[in-house]
Amino acid sequence: MKASVIVFPGSNCDRDVAVSLEAAMGKKPAMVWHGEADVPASDLIVLPGGFSYGDYLRSGAMAAHSPIMRDVVAKARKGTPVLGICNGFHLLTETGLLPGVLMRNASLKFICKDVWLKVVRNDTDFARGYAPGEVIRIPIAHHDGNYFADEDTLDRLEGENRVAFRYCDASGALNGDINPNGSQRNIAGLYNETGTVLGLMPHPERLADPALGGTDGRPMFDSLVRALH
Amino acid sequence: MTPELVSEHGLSAEEYEQVLSILGREPSITELGIFSVMWSEHCSYKSSKVWLKTLPTTGPQVICGPGENAGIVDIGDGQCAIFKMESHNHPSFIEPYQGAATGVGGIMRDVFTMGARPVANLNALRFGAPDHPKTRHLVSGVVAGIGGYGNCVGVPTVGGEVNFDPGYNGNILVNAMCVGLADTDRIFYSAARGVGLPVVYVGSKTGRDGIHGATMASAEFDDDSDEKRPTVQVGDPFTEKLLIEACLELMARDIIIAIQDMGAAGLTSSSVEMADKGGVGFDLDLNKVPCREEGMSAYEMMLSESQERMLIVLKPGSEDKARAIFQKWELDFAVVGVTTDTGRLIVTHNGHIEADMPVKALADSAPEYKRPWTLPEPPAVILPRDVAAPDSLTGTLETLMGSPHLCSRRWVWEQYDHMVMGDTLRRPGGDAAVVRVHGTTKGLAATCDVTPRYCAADPVEGGRQAVAEAWRNLTATGADPLAITDCMNFGNPERPEIMGQFVGCIEGMREAAEALQFPVVSGNVSLYNETKGAAIPPTPAIGGVGLIPDIAHMADISLKIEGETLLLLGAERGHLGQSLYMDVILEKREGAPPPVDLAAERKTGDLVRELIRDGSVSAVHDVSDGGLLVAVSEMALAGGVGAAMGEYDGPQPVHAMAFGEDQGRYIVASSRSGEIIARAKASGIPVRIIGETGGDTISVPGEEPVPLEKLRSLHEGWLPHYMTSR
Repeated sequence: MKASVIVFPGSNCDRDVAVSLEAAMGKKPAMVWHGEADVPASDLIVLPGGFSYGDYLRSGAMAAHSPIMRDVVAKARKGTPVLGICNGFHLLTETGLLPGVLMRNASLKFICKDVWLKVVRNDTDFARGYAPGEVIRIPIAHHDGNYFADEDTLDRLEGENRVAFRYCDASGALNGDINPNGSQRNIAGLYNETGTVLGLMPHPERLADPALGGTDGRPMFDSLVRALH
Repeated sequence: MTPELVSEHGLSAEEYEQVLSILGREPSITELGIFSVMWSEHCSYKSSKVWLKTLPTTGPQVICGPGENAGIVDIGDGQCAIFKMESHNHPSFIEPYQGAATGVGGIMRDVFTMGARPVANLNALRFGAPDHPKTRHLVSGVVAGIGGYGNCVGVPTVGGEVNFDPGYNGNILVNAMCVGLADTDRIFYSAARGVGLPVVYVGSKTGRDGIHGATMASAEFDDDSDEKRPTVQVGDPFTEKLLIEACLELMARDIIIAIQDMGAAGLTSSSVEMADKGGVGFDLDLNKVPCREEGMSAYEMMLSESQERMLIVLKPGSEDKARAIFQKWELDFAVVGVTTDTGRLIVTHNGHIEADMPVKALADSAPEYKRPWTLPEPPAVILPRDVAAPDSLTGTLETLMGSPHLCSRRWVWEQYDHMVMGDTLRRPGGDAAVVRVHGTTKGLAATCDVTPRYCAADPVEGGRQAVAEAWRNLTATGADPLAITDCMNFGNPERPEIMGQFVGCIEGMREAAEALQFPVVSGNVSLYNETKGAAIPPTPAIGGVGLIPDIAHMADISLKIEGETLLLLGAERGHLGQSLYMDVILEKREGAPPPVDLAAERKTGDLVRELIRDGSVSAVHDVSDGGLLVAVSEMALAGGVGAAMGEYDGPQPVHAMAFGEDQGRYIVASSRSGEIIARAKASGIPVRIIGETGGDTISVPGEEPVPLEKLRSLHEGWLPHYMTSR
């Protein structure tokens, strides 16, 4: 399996996700500078977390116009799996690969903590390592993770079974109190129509190593390796 | 030059006489400005230098002590830790968000300037009383500023401390610490050795922000302090992130002679320091300096404290290679000067020489004062039996755990990205934070400590305690303490009683650093922390760094296993003078602070480290603010396992046992208590079984147990409630 991690000015979780990918794949992913015109042939493209262009103007707004993004979008449309984590999720909504927007957290504060996520479906290359309905612990670290789309869009997304993960409590209950950022319908992660593009605010790469206090993120990388090798 | 102009530049009449004799003529306005910042307290350490020299700064682990941008210690395998702590107190009081943010940015530059990738940020924050009208606003702004900068750059903020005390009502403290990692064969220094070398400016453009920041940081506040807002710099963490990556990329090539960040006093201090250390002169052409604004004068350019800028002296002929790297990262790059053999700093602007001054005299002839000082009479020791007992131990525990002093700081650190870089092994909330040395099985532990109420009561004992507590907190994770950085925050040194606090704290720090072989490798002095004549409590913040040789053998504070024995290691005297019990419950601060026995400290800590490494203990916590019962409760809350305290039949009143703040003590949880007791006794270390783990309460004999959930809600509740109320 070949994976490419796109590096933007201001990306800061590029190395972290590369470490998790290497642990699962047994080899290093390609680190691809945003100024390149093409992504090298890859089975997986990762848009990492961080503050591309300092989040100035709007999170992901400027990086969405980086030269590399034209090819990322084209490859995604042709079916290359794309994983956008945190700032990568912003890029996916900014480029229209995923609907909706990620607004400032309801608390107006940056939040860094472990949250519980409910795995909504496991029939994608990203999630086969989880059971449907499984509750996993993954950290969030963002200022702008408050997912918003209009009601019609949300209904359509639910109808198309495109919600990947929802914020929940330790028992899996989806109540408003545990929603860390105000996201509509507790949405933490979202797929495209074909389930090949995943945007998620939580950082699976941050709990994929027992030394860091948990491994609930690891099955995502293992699932990808199994599906794409 | 009028006397008014000289005095506005913070120079005394005597200092101005010295300027005249150095130059042999009247200075130009640009030269006056340069003298002013170079001789400011902030840049010259003129009141403190004579005392700082007394601190131990060497040891087999020390690669570079004070005097460079940051201190460096060896961590084996060809790697080193580079770290420093610095204050950004004055700007943060005036403009909390930007003041704190640029404090974080500045300290990271000090560390990556030397070739290190920053891997951990910490901060020591001291605010006024919770009921002071400005406190909420300052807490909110400072915390947001620290997070806003560090989160964006992508360096985890892993630890620190937050205090509230009316002594900081008019002058908060924001001390930022950064720890970086480098290879020992790729360390970069600031000495610009060699003549005819290109002097290169990289990073952000120069603007009019922060002019005279160093001078402001060397004066007291008054009613017009808000007018000083324009002297606060504005941070751009995105540029800092690019600057880190570009500098590290440049450093991987072999083309840098010297590098220095433009911190306080900007282009002035960086060029003077680089030229002085290299024994050369600098010719600077200000028309080459990238400017953000039009029409800036030489004076403004030399004194600007615009952030995210570096000065680099390159090997000749390597300009194009270097330029390509900075262009890739979309940063300004300009050759602004050349090193010379004149020994003079010659600044040209629009064809005019604006400054022509001898570098050595500027750097080395800064005045040095041995200011008069008086130490306060050490207060009398208050005996435990002379301190009133509470109605109930558990009720007192509840009050303490839910007080501003001891409540959880989660509201603060959840706003900091403390996990980015994927190596945070111990998150905030324990004794010391631990980050893994990337790609290895080693860990770096880091902590910030000082107890200002102890320092105020007895500066020598307080200085001793601050160093010992940092050493203890590192030890409690299983680390070998390596070295410290100090951030000395005090009032106006021209007052003998303030100077005495400084001298006393340094003396205590010296004793402890020597006894614990815990040398000072870097630091910063922040004086004139006063508003309208009211000085802050003496606050020598100590940042400690330690090495965990194998992360398979480290400890944390959380109780994990039911039915284990809780043991207390270290001597119990029931010392309640200057304790939080006295402060919070009895609402007074009296008596001597708890004494630190440095020999016992060392012996006890060494045993605790052994116990961690041979797997004898499942949890370790040092006993500090609040005493034994608070420490046990913190361990229980961290792990979600309760504790039952046993009967106390010692000589002290039971409340002194519960809330005394005797130093040099650790609580450990273990299933091998007999063995631990034997080992402690063999080493002459007092040891006692204090209770047992288990259940979901904290219980003390003869009182109703306190449910952990109740304690948790008190402990977690205060700060979020405070920040959202009103």
